[in-house]
Amino acid sequence: MARTIVVTSGKGGVGKTTTSAAIAMGLARKGHRTVVIDFDVGLRNLDLVMGCERRVVYDLVNVIQGEANIRQALIRDKRCEELYVLPASQTRDKEALSKEGIGEILDQLSGDFEYVVCDSPAGIEKGATLAMYYADDAFVVTNPEVSSVRDSDRMLGILASKSRRAESNEEPIKEYLLLNRYSPKRVKVGEMLSVEDVQEILSLDLLGVIPESKTVLNSSNAGIPIILDEKSDAGQAYVDVVARYLGEDVPHRFINDKKGLLGRLFGG
Amino acid sequence: MSAPQKENPAESLLIELKSSSFTLPILKLFGNDLALIGEQLSRTVEQAPDFFRNTPIVIDLSPLAEESRQIDFAGVVSLCRDLGMVPIGMRGGNAEHNHSAKALAMAILADRSTKHRAAQPPKPAAPAEAEAKNDHPPPSAGNATRLITQPIRSGQRVHAEGSDLIVTAHVSAGAEIIADGHIHVYGTLRGRALAGAKGDTTSRIFCNDLQAELIAIAGQYQVSENMDDSIRGLPVQVYLENHSLMIHPL
Repeated sequence: MARTIVVTSGKGGVGKTTTSAAIAMGLARKGHRTVVIDFDVGLRNLDLVMGCERRVVYDLVNVIQGEANIRQALIRDKRCEELYVLPASQTRDKEALSKEGIGEILDQLSGDFEYVVCDSPAGIEKGATLAMYYADDAFVVTNPEVSSVRDSDRMLGILASKSRRAESNEEPIKEYLLLNRYSPKRVKVGEMLSVEDVQEILSLDLLGVIPESKTVLNSSNAGIPIILDEKSDAGQAYVDVVARYLGEDVPHRFINDKKGLLGRLFGG
Repeated sequence: MSAPQKENPAESLLIELKSSSFTLPILKLFGNDLALIGEQLSRTVEQAPDFFRNTPIVIDLSPLAEESRQIDFAGVVSLCRDLGMVPIGMRGGNAEHNHSAKALAMAILADRSTKHRAAQPPKPAAPAEAEAKNDHPPPSAGNATRLITQPIRSGQRVHAEGSDLIVTAHVSAGAEIIADGHIHVYGTLRGRALAGAKGDTTSRIFCNDLQAELIAIAGQYQVSENMDDSIRGLPVQVYLENHSLMIHPL
């Protein structure tokens, strides 16, 4: 029985797709067969970030409408054999998605995969609500700024009330906070919300803090999930996140500024 | 109740008798000075006219002391009707009152208890001091207090109908909590809180940390911008005094 994870946020541009790609690759590299699904019909970009945009034949909408079976649509990652991608359609719109259709697809995938990562689109409309409907876990990606926090709060309310688990009174979706694009320097001078500020407003378990990093842009341009860049601080932070999610006790490395020897000697 | 029997199997059933209960406001009268009653009633209705418009009420004569039991019942009913209320019944009256009630096609409802009247000490004589007190319909006494232990998120709306509301977590910015009675937030109140939603001006708002976007009691409201900095971020209680919102640290 697969564990379904939705990567969601409410706000756009906070790093959901980057996170989905990184998490899926991280889980797969640890030997867990994982599929990552792009729910952003019409504005798809998971395939770009995963580097498989030139191999897309069939997509999620084709499978829902019976034009292809799921095996034909799944794209196996070239770098990791346990990782598969199910891209979204670029030419259709989200009206093509349906609760029952998604439910059937997830049922089929459940048999073959350990983890299903759903990359949600921004907003709280159909694409986003369908991406989270069948979830067991939710990674709520938030940037440490006021509008992102407000939108994440809204999304948390929806997760608590409009998911399948909520509707059938089962154990609720397990919610995790992923604080993305964090800059300890800016937090220190009071320009940016701190981890404590965000946690106070959202009351969520902190899964991880991903530092703002130039390496992320380079990776997505190259179609490489950031977690594969071993020199990147953001990549390392995602490694920690995956480990933490799987139950390891990993200290948070990127909340405070890394101080060099001089910094430690002279403080500030 | 069982369904009425059909005379003729071919006819269709047009009626059904069922039992139901309604919570109604009670107008208790403590004296028989009609002019004074009228004055005090008008003033009360003025405070929350929407609440009283077309509201069914029951007139309770049981608190009337012996000397004021001679009361112009039809006059009282007229007063109520003029102010927009719908008197539907009466209780606590003597045979004469019951007679008047029947003449006005009003129901005679069960007394709470005859013991109640006997327990009241006879009121001091002066008729000039006879007051008509309007028992403010207590919406909060209607139902059990609603308790919420999970954070109330942005975009969520909670309405505690006919009762108080207690929240033991925070209320996010963009959330809205409404109660017909009091509101207690044992967490940070960041959203909108509206107490006394059906017009109960005695309702209050209590919170551990005031950072609300908007607070209101029985329609009187204040937005965050107009709140004094000295009470922000503190445990406070909010109540109405002479139509003004008072915010005081607890």
